[in-house]
Amino acid sequence: MTAYLITGAKIVGGEVADILLDNGEIVAVGTNLDSPQDTETIDATGLIALPGLVDLHTHLREPGREDAETVLTGTRAAAVGGFTAVFAMANTDPCADTAGVVEQVWRLGRESGYADVFPIGAVTVGRQGTQLAELGAMADSAARVRVFSDDGDCVWDAALMRRALEYVKAFGGVIAQHAQEPRLTKGAQMNEGALSGVLGLTGWPSVAEESIIARDILLNAHVGSKLHICHLSTKGSVEIVRAAKNRGLEVTAEVTPHHLLLTEDLAASYNPVYKVNPPLRTKADVEAVREGLADGTIDIVATDHAPHPVEDKDCEWSAAAFGMTGLETALSVVQHSMIDTGLMTWADLADRMSYRPAAIGQIGDHGRPLEAGTPANLTLVDPAAQRTVVPAESTSLSRNTPFEGMTLPGRVVATFLRGTPTVLDGLAVLEGKAAK
Amino acid sequence: MRHLLSAGDLSRDDAHLILDTAEEMRSLADRPIKKLPALRGRTVVNLFFEDSTRTRISFEAAAKRLSADVINFSAKGSSVSKGESLKDTALTLQAMGADGVVCRHGSSGAPHLLATSGWLNGSVVNAGDGTHEHPTQALLDAFTMRRHLGSLEGRRITIVGDVLHSRVARSNVLLLSTLGADVTVVAPPTLLPVDMTSWPCATSYDLDATLPKSDAVMMLRVQRERMGEAFFPSAREYTRRYGLDVHRMAQLPDEAIVLHPGPMNRGMEISAEVADSTRSVIVEQVTNGVAIRMAVLYLLLSGTNETTNEEPVA
Repeated sequence: MTAYLITGAKIVGGEVADILLDNGEIVAVGTNLDSPQDTETIDATGLIALPGLVDLHTHLREPGREDAETVLTGTRAAAVGGFTAVFAMANTDPCADTAGVVEQVWRLGRESGYADVFPIGAVTVGRQGTQLAELGAMADSAARVRVFSDDGDCVWDAALMRRALEYVKAFGGVIAQHAQEPRLTKGAQMNEGALSGVLGLTGWPSVAEESIIARDILLNAHVGSKLHICHLSTKGSVEIVRAAKNRGLEVTAEVTPHHLLLTEDLAASYNPVYKVNPPLRTKADVEAVREGLADGTIDIVATDHAPHPVEDKDCEWSAAAFGMTGLETALSVVQHSMIDTGLMTWADLADRMSYRPAAIGQIGDHGRPLEAGTPANLTLVDPAAQRTVVPAESTSLSRNTPFEGMTLPGRVVATFLRGTPTVLDGLAVLEGKAAK
Repeated sequence: MRHLLSAGDLSRDDAHLILDTAEEMRSLADRPIKKLPALRGRTVVNLFFEDSTRTRISFEAAAKRLSADVINFSAKGSSVSKGESLKDTALTLQAMGADGVVCRHGSSGAPHLLATSGWLNGSVVNAGDGTHEHPTQALLDAFTMRRHLGSLEGRRITIVGDVLHSRVARSNVLLLSTLGADVTVVAPPTLLPVDMTSWPCATSYDLDATLPKSDAVMMLRVQRERMGEAFFPSAREYTRRYGLDVHRMAQLPDEAIVLHPGPMNRGMEISAEVADSTRSVIVEQVTNGVAIRMAVLYLLLSGTNETTNEEPVA
């Protein structure tokens, strides 16, 4: 295995230093390091070294929709975005509701080599919301599932949600809730407000998210388990989670990059690339989720990377699929909306996009500070770079990025997974060679 | 004007030009030969993804009276259930050389997509999209009101019913306010959008209080299936609170007229006596619909684009 000496990088939260990687670990951090023979040197002057990013919410689509994304293409896109670990959502076909399916996804992840894949198990059989899936079998499987979610659908039944939260206590699991009251969002197409009324698109009211979050925080307080809120999107949700945390109640929450930057106004184009669930909200909501992320109310950024083939977006709004890609733009969007605005530091970003998601997902090898003796999972970022988002240039198999044409700051220069480069010079590589 | 997608896109001058042109077209209806050669050699496609015989035959009659070739393309159902995408349908029409596409679609924004996607070069006329807009209906309503009331400047117009789901209401509010009318929409709170602050109209939950201050009242069709979604308790209760019967009609000023875009639910939002009364201009709306659609097709397709400075794309 080749050793790498990364020179002159600004260690996030620390000083400018060299980093020596060998045998899958960070061997040393400092200056004038002794490196073994045949060490490859990477000049990282001007770059920031971050712990490898961890995405708690990725749709890899395999098995079932390999026309949109595969584990291989999705993890490659993740690496290009600076991620070394992704959690694969359960809404595949077949659904990841058995040990067999989660082990398949886990194995495909190991074979990909670009990022570690941690399957998320469905909470209910077929994500139908009626019967608990075999959560224990998934937890005990080789995939060692700890995060469970019916994402795409809400675990709507309060009794079932309560039982799911209780049941996973036996193995320290966490229930990641897609908070969407289904009866309040029947046929919903966009944020409910002044604009939905004008555009004649069925509204998705904030209260449909907030009421479920409030309910689940209380249910979780009753049973003492672990609750995580997926893609929180409204000002009211931030206030509910903040109040709960102030009262000492256990809950973690995520926000997506697109909810940190984009607003519902984009729906006026009727371009379904802006159709997403939960929908893009208002400027006030964007400000509130930014503030919530900055003050720690919202624990993490998660991409909700949702690739779709062209035909599922090249159609009328109501027929189009919900979702946006995000892995390759997440870091830039967070830099743009949180760091360049002065709301957060790079150390905060490492916390929200690496340490905390790894902690919520309970994966020990990721989300560790860049210190000697830790697994060499890291990414080098050029914060001064500017780039314009071009969908055709995406590494993901899909092109449905809502950031097309936007100029965003920051560029991932290199990513290492256990000491092996997955990205060099901004391009995906595998075992030192350019990927096909 | 290249397309007609939203009544809100029309300036007051645009609207007056269409209404004045429609007056000329309307006079044609009284002649023995009801045909003009204006659109000879042009092809108009009626692209209807929803059943609407009334609107389709109105556009068909309008196009034929202007001597256009008319193709009716009925593609019921969404692109998903039908198997062919809106894009492929559009590309097909483009390949056939459609100069104008009159589109009715169940999805809000579908005509907008046709007009902006680059899939076809022809002019797109929105003939009703989802719960968004129905601009030619608003134009024919304004035309009908203008014939009875004169200028609509300062006229008090009341629109009653399922505003939340009504494309007719949206287009009418936008157009009538452009024409200077004072518009009030009346509905149970459940059938109004949750935030109407940007709408250029007043809102009320009380029909009886609004009628004495109305120069025209437009009753919207209310679908009985809304009851199942708890928008109102029962058809009878809806009729009692928001239906127009002869007793309520008596509260209207003497010259006030009653409109309905059709098809009517007699006995639900409007009683048979009101629908058939002398105040009712409902049948006239249908006649005027052809004149308005002639005017729109003429102005979009005849090559003399006087309504905007925008040049049509070749």
